[in-house]
Amino acid sequence: MDTATNSEEAVIQLKDIKTSFGGHVVHAGIDIEVRRGEIFALIGGSGSGKSTLLNELILLQRPDSGSIKVLGLDLLDIDTKETLAIRKRCGVMFQHGGLFGSLTVSENIGLPLREHSELDDALIDELAAWKLSMTGLEAEVGAMYPTALSGGMMKRASLARALALDPELVFLDEPTAGLDPASAGEVDELILRMRDLFGLTIVMITHDMDLLWQAADRVAVLADGKVQGSGTMAELSQSKNPEIQKFFAGARGRAAQVQDEPQSENILSGSPAWKPK
Amino acid sequence: MHDMSAASIMLSNSTPQQLLLAGDWTVNGIGALAKSLDEIEPAQGMIVNAAGIDSLDSAGAWVLHRFLTHIGGQGETPPVQEMHPAFARLLNEVGQQAANIKASIPEAPMPMVAALGKLVVAGLDQAYALFSFVGECAAAFAGSIRHPSRIRWRPILFNIRSAGFDALPIVGLLSFLLGIVVAYQGSGQLKQYGANIFVADLIGLSMLREFAPLITAIIIAGRSGSAYAAQIGSMSVSEEISAMRTLGIAPLELLVLPKIIALVIALPLLTVFADVMGVLGGMLMAGSQLDVGAFEFFDRFVKAVSVTSYMVGICKAPVFAIIIAIVGCFQGFRTQGGADSVGIQTTRSVVQSIFLVITADALFSVAFSALDM
Repeated sequence: MDTATNSEEAVIQLKDIKTSFGGHVVHAGIDIEVRRGEIFALIGGSGSGKSTLLNELILLQRPDSGSIKVLGLDLLDIDTKETLAIRKRCGVMFQHGGLFGSLTVSENIGLPLREHSELDDALIDELAAWKLSMTGLEAEVGAMYPTALSGGMMKRASLARALALDPELVFLDEPTAGLDPASAGEVDELILRMRDLFGLTIVMITHDMDLLWQAADRVAVLADGKVQGSGTMAELSQSKNPEIQKFFAGARGRAAQVQDEPQSENILSGSPAWKPK
Repeated sequence: MHDMSAASIMLSNSTPQQLLLAGDWTVNGIGALAKSLDEIEPAQGMIVNAAGIDSLDSAGAWVLHRFLTHIGGQGETPPVQEMHPAFARLLNEVGQQAANIKASIPEAPMPMVAALGKLVVAGLDQAYALFSFVGECAAAFAGSIRHPSRIRWRPILFNIRSAGFDALPIVGLLSFLLGIVVAYQGSGQLKQYGANIFVADLIGLSMLREFAPLITAIIIAGRSGSAYAAQIGSMSVSEEISAMRTLGIAPLELLVLPKIIALVIALPLLTVFADVMGVLGGMLMAGSQLDVGAFEFFDRFVKAVSVTSYMVGICKAPVFAIIIAIVGCFQGFRTQGGADSVGIQTTRSVVQSIFLVITADALFSVAFSALDM
């Protein structure tokens, strides 16, 4: 953690990103800026290029043109050494966990530390146990193999591994997909808590309206290869753009809005929603 | 990013009992310090000044927390002064979580007898499962015979091509080389006795009776048996097998029977091809090493090698085929969990099918010699 962090500093800057596969245009000029310490969400229908954009941000894919700056480095013009350095400063939680099946959960969490630090094994095991408990998993889970985990446990374990090296920037791909509402709610809280504790900048892809209302500071809506709009959820919900309205108009969108709006106000005002007689 | 400064700890010169912490307490530099921290003796009345800490991450916070509980002794931690509020919050978080973390106790190693017993039980369990699988396959096959319309010809033909036709080059090449090696090794011995012409006996009997069926079965076990295990294994990992069951399709009928039937047809044919190529290789070597021409070689070959010898070799092939296909599919179905398991079961399928093929070959030898064939 750097003491002299400027909250307005842009951690990620995307300028005019264009990507196409064959003749199919996925991104037709995307501009996005993510500031330090915020939770930024990317939403969009299936095939709108969210995952491709995420892959470009975590150096798994390259766009055809444009510029990507992450943590001050131009991703399209970096050497192997800088690539490794930036990978150590970013954590990624994959949609299906991406946990290694041949390792236990603790070993999975300790792996980045073992690979990239000089810490001794006992200390790494302790740190892994701590990250495990920080993400709300029981100590026993550490000895289990990923195939034995439930969906919610897998997401937590995956988040614990993503946080192993104390990254500044964390990417979450569908952190609540496939979870029951209770577990999804716990993941919402976990994400907020981790952000506050470590001053993380979080970029996530999600369709979960609850998560978006609860956690996201700013949201960008992708459709037709462009950013259709970005802003807070409250701002987007007022938008007249039909591509954005799609997300709020459906029954699911309305339900999340009705349910969560008063709650988020409570957090701000700090007073209970009901008054004791 | 500012330049890294090493994490350090030292006693204050002005105030004794005061420990000054400084530098970057982060994952990259804390390793060396962590070891030396444990060597500091616990003492009463220490004060820790953290003003010099430039950065602190969770690894650093953990090491610091561990140090504080260690130095204070008896569960008391010395006061920490002048720490950046954000760092203090992280340190506080460590303190809260540390209580929840139980040191994982490594499992005591099993006594040898228990380990041996476990191994035997696992082996018996697997053998039982294998026999059950053979039984299920036989029942499914009987069902298909009663209702021939249920036999799936397309996968059978596909498997004959992929396990049989596509394997022709490798089977041909290897048995050709084997023929050359056998003739070459034998030629030295035969020359000594002037028994050059008997190279035809040597090649004919060894290739047709033993080598061709065996080398073909081993290649196919490595090539197709492993593919069966890997295919069925990945299908069960991705829930395709379960999906098949819920759709009312018996996986045995769709996945296993066609493979067995195809291999029972393809392996004898491949063996014939291996016979031809092996004898060809031997003949070539006989010509160059022993001056036995092709005409003389064949003249002797026809007299030395009976049709029975040829048939003995060929009739082993269907048995080997059944072993390879069943073991491959069986290990595929035993896959549980993830990608790792697919690898383990595939390895097992190859090892077990080669083992069983060679065992069966030995039994055949005993049986044929008892029958005077």
